[in-house]
Amino acid sequence: MNWKAFFAMLARDAHVARRNFVALLFQTFLQPLMFVFIFGRVMVGSGYMPPSYKSLLLPGIMAICMVGTGIWAVAMPLIAEFQFTREIEDRLLAPMEISWLAIEKVVAGTLQALAAGFMVIPAAWLLLRPGVDLNVPHPLLFAIVAVLVAVFSATGGLALGCSMQQTHIGLMFSLIVAPMIFFGCTYYPWSALEKFPIMQKAVLVNPLVYASEGLRATMIPQFPHLPLIAVLLGLVFFNALLLTIGLRNFHDKSVS
Amino acid sequence: MVAGIRTVDLRKVYSSAPPAAATGGFSSGPSKAKGQQPKPQIVALDGISLNILPGEIFCLLGPNGAGKSTTVGVLTTRVRPTSGQAFIGDHDVWKTQVAVKRLIGVVAQRPNLDFSLTAREILTFHGAYFGLSSQERAKRAESLLERFKLTDRADQMVRGFSGGMMQRLSIARAMMHDPQVLFLDEPSAGLDPQTRLLLWEIVREYNQSGKTILLTTHNMEEADALCKRLAIIDHGRVIALGTPQELKASVPGGYLLRLRFGVHSPDLLHRLQGLSGVREVRATDGSSADLYADRGGPLVAEVANLAATAGVELCDVHISEPSLENLFLHHTGRSLRE
Repeated sequence: MNWKAFFAMLARDAHVARRNFVALLFQTFLQPLMFVFIFGRVMVGSGYMPPSYKSLLLPGIMAICMVGTGIWAVAMPLIAEFQFTREIEDRLLAPMEISWLAIEKVVAGTLQALAAGFMVIPAAWLLLRPGVDLNVPHPLLFAIVAVLVAVFSATGGLALGCSMQQTHIGLMFSLIVAPMIFFGCTYYPWSALEKFPIMQKAVLVNPLVYASEGLRATMIPQFPHLPLIAVLLGLVFFNALLLTIGLRNFHDKSVS
Repeated sequence: MVAGIRTVDLRKVYSSAPPAAATGGFSSGPSKAKGQQPKPQIVALDGISLNILPGEIFCLLGPNGAGKSTTVGVLTTRVRPTSGQAFIGDHDVWKTQVAVKRLIGVVAQRPNLDFSLTAREILTFHGAYFGLSSQERAKRAESLLERFKLTDRADQMVRGFSGGMMQRLSIARAMMHDPQVLFLDEPSAGLDPQTRLLLWEIVREYNQSGKTILLTTHNMEEADALCKRLAIIDHGRVIALGTPQELKASVPGGYLLRLRFGVHSPDLLHRLQGLSGVREVRATDGSSADLYADRGGPLVAEVANLAATAGVELCDVHISEPSLENLFLHHTGRSLRE
């Protein structure tokens, strides 16, 4: 394995992310934070939502930010670079197995998703306070879940980025990302679906459910949430599945 | 180590649309297997065997879609051949891809620069992928930017570069890690004459440092000016191979007169064949004929006389001096520009 080439590509991605930092900041945080403000502050403050909703919302917003960032950071460049600009060709010709380029994309996406996740916590907390009851009894477990969520976002980005045509980017968001967010237990806990038993079971095929519930289980364990073991198994399973699909499609796109 | 290039009976058949700039080939008709929906089969390479010597400038000449880019794609690890083998030096391209990638530099037909970076960063990051130290990267980038006349735009994003500047930067990038074998796929497409001359000069200079260069073109002048040897490719096959001089000499007579009559007859063609210096006459359709001869202009009056005697109107004459274009036409019946 050529680690020099691998880290040079990681450095390239970091350089590009730094260059686009302000745009990335708005793209990642503006919409979720507006949601936090309206639902967590305005609607709770006006009595339409219970005060506990503030605490329930924060892990879900963190999951949305992480998943949005990872998917955007990995999928969008891949879609453009493979099809339109062909920018990736130079890196495909670097002296390294091409699968490692896909892994590098996943690592870069994971790091960006983690950064987004940890930046949104204080921002959302500031918007929501007082009344946010964050409680992280097991920081290590929280870190493991956060990393698994970040990996999920990046592997999801890899799988989507290598499966979508450039002309289908709009569809990708309206048919895949938006339903995944709305049915991903981000704005409500999984237990809130008890009155919709079919939907409650059906959403378990959505990996974002495990991400949101996993963050709830480790950040606000005092509220009902999916068992942690189910969260870990779900995330590991989906990460492995998406990575396998992503690597296969990446290879198919790289070599004709 | 100086590395050559070798291919053995390379075949590439696409069962879906080939990627852009790796097109080539022709449909061989549907294949019906196991009752499945037949897929159109596109044969891009149909048994290409080449032996390009270390230190040689070799050219693949052919029309669009002949299989040139697919051949380059196979040799540069981007297109997996359906059968056959490809070697860079002693390395089998498809068994030791990483070793091969260390030896090669590639300039693709379409610009593929990293739009998120400046010109200088494109070169330095490329150097980093190949493990150059940061000092070495900076030094080489500076010297290449100067060589390719890009110093004044070195720290600008490449998005706003003209086509010619992008092409120069692509070539500079391919040379950044000092590869033993340089692939240039249609390098002068879209370049102005001045930049084309600069490119030729740089290619010759790079070759003089002992590097092997494979370039593809459909520009005969370029092939003639640059290459020690060339292969003419059409429909995924090598139809002629040799030095430009050898190949031009292999056209009967060398000169080509493309004649257009009102309508011609077998008798007229037979008589044309009898003219002094005429080596071959081919009817291309009911009114046109190609006449290969060892002289050009002086024959026109004799052809016109013969046509007048036969009562046939001579509408148009086009004379080509000995060229690779004539060779291509002689082998395929089609012009390279068609």
